Amino acid sequence: MDLLARRKLTNKVALSLSLAAMAFGLFWLAWILSTVIQLGIDGLSLSLFTEMTPPPGAESGGLLNAIVGSLILVGLGTLIGTPVGILAGIYLAEYGRYTWLGRVTRFVNDLLLSAPSIVIGLFVYAVIVATTGKFSAWSGVVALALLVLPIVIRTTENMLALVPGSLREAAYALGAPKHIVITRVTLRAARSGVVTGVLLAVARIAGETAPLLFTALSNQFWSVDLNEPMANLPVTIFKFAMSPFEDWQRLAWAGVLLITLGVLGLNIIARVLFRAEKLH
Amino acid sequence: MNTEAIGMNVSKADSTLVTRKPVSRLGSVIFGGVSTSFAVLALALLAGIIVALTVAAWPAIQAFGPGFLTSPDWNPPAEKFGALIPVYGTLVSSIIALVIAVPVSFGIALFLTELSPLWLRRPLGTAIELLAAVPSIVFGMWGLLVFAPIFGQYIQPLLRATLGELPLVGALFSGPSLGIGLLCAGVILAVMIIPYIASVMRDVFEVTPAMLKESAYGLGCTTWEVMWRVVLPYTKNGVIGGVMLGLGRALGETMAVTFVIGNTNFLNSASLFAPGNSITSALANEFAEAEPGLHTASLMELGLILFVITLIVLILSKLLLLRLSANEGR
Repeated sequence: MDLLARRKLTNKVALSLSLAAMAFGLFWLAWILSTVIQLGIDGLSLSLFTEMTPPPGAESGGLLNAIVGSLILVGLGTLIGTPVGILAGIYLAEYGRYTWLGRVTRFVNDLLLSAPSIVIGLFVYAVIVATTGKFSAWSGVVALALLVLPIVIRTTENMLALVPGSLREAAYALGAPKHIVITRVTLRAARSGVVTGVLLAVARIAGETAPLLFTALSNQFWSVDLNEPMANLPVTIFKFAMSPFEDWQRLAWAGVLLITLGVLGLNIIARVLFRAEKLH
Repeated sequence: MNTEAIGMNVSKADSTLVTRKPVSRLGSVIFGGVSTSFAVLALALLAGIIVALTVAAWPAIQAFGPGFLTSPDWNPPAEKFGALIPVYGTLVSSIIALVIAVPVSFGIALFLTELSPLWLRRPLGTAIELLAAVPSIVFGMWGLLVFAPIFGQYIQPLLRATLGELPLVGALFSGPSLGIGLLCAGVILAVMIIPYIASVMRDVFEVTPAMLKESAYGLGCTTWEVMWRVVLPYTKNGVIGGVMLGLGRALGETMAVTFVIGNTNFLNSASLFAPGNSITSALANEFAEAEPGLHTASLMELGLILFVITLIVLILSKLLLLRLSANEGR
């Protein structure tokens, strides 16, 4: 075989392998999604949303306390993490972009972004649970807020950095002080990007299990008391999926379907929202 | 960008400025101060994590010293603890994940940047990114109840009959097919980190100057030669940075691993089919029920070890990626 034919062959083989790699990636997504939908729909019923998590072997039961608990934990975690994250992101983009503090903070924030979430759980355990002496929903909220923080900081900073400097200069020229320029001009211009970041952060923490294992724990009963352990979907799924009871596993699949749909839905909304804005 | 809205703001500001008393600096000072302190908070968080974990792990650090890392004992009733088996499980499952994920991610990035028709690029890229969005608990439950049985029944016997017959590496693919175990955890981790590595690779491939690629094509290079000899060397640092980022994810992944790694603290063969334990799965399984005292402290020390390993990997990853973007500016 001459050189040209060999080079062409190598090229063909490599490109076919690349196509195979793409198919390999999509194959897993399709396999996981189809299993989750198929088995999850089996477990869907009205009682899922109206009844509490059952003891093993019970005739019926649902996930109401876990669903409500998850909504509370994720909601409060986002409410606490978002404003702090946006303001810290504003600092990085508008105040400290070229200072050493800004550079160090940006670097550390990127590390926190990829840090294992179970370590955040351990940290909150050591700081809150061990000092108060009990597991509580509040500690779970703090753990989730700490996970929201780096995501929101990162997207806020990136989006603010995209706002053209001429907009800021125009506002300054009109005599606006810095905080007015930021809140009324730059932050508004970057609004959809910041919202995208928040949505992605919500999607991330909605499925997080590890940081809740030693903080909010779980609760078999209805509880909305933030000072007590609170039921939540991920930990309930973990417990039910590991159990040998079939009715528990069915509920776990239904819970997995809810979480997957919620998380993927949020991701898609975030993308669509961001793209719609970019087209303007 | 919504220029009309900004125009309106400007005119509103204009009309109020005429009658308003001179703008006070106070608002600006407060706003800047609050923003700065929150940024410092994020900075302090990292230090806080290290300090809090070290303090909580102190009894174990004192009791076992550096021998903690090399002792294979993990015996809560006897209060004997060593990190060897969980650290081994974490490293081995992550290495398996990289061995599978790196070539596949490269193939995906190559497909997305060079081969795919333009109209397919965005949907396919999004699909791969959605794989990263699937929560790890979903991977875990699916891995335990759907993937592991199939893996044990079909794939493991196949591996034993092929790779298991080879000298040297054969020992890695021997023993009973249980489904769950180190190899199963590694495969699932690979699927979870493929999207991270692939999207970093795609992004860095896209910053390669078109002129470089066009020159190579102009000399008669094939697509593969352009990728392998021009784009890959140019983006080397970024690619390694992406791989390290994926490694960081794999090391710290908890739920998926806990479901499928087998959770045993014994290790008596080199086989990858054997069940094991990882740092994260030991924490997830034992921490909430651990006795206060040495058991809790030892688990805290495991967490500290994990955090330090991931930090080192992530710092290397960031530095390599930063180096690439510094090149870009030239």
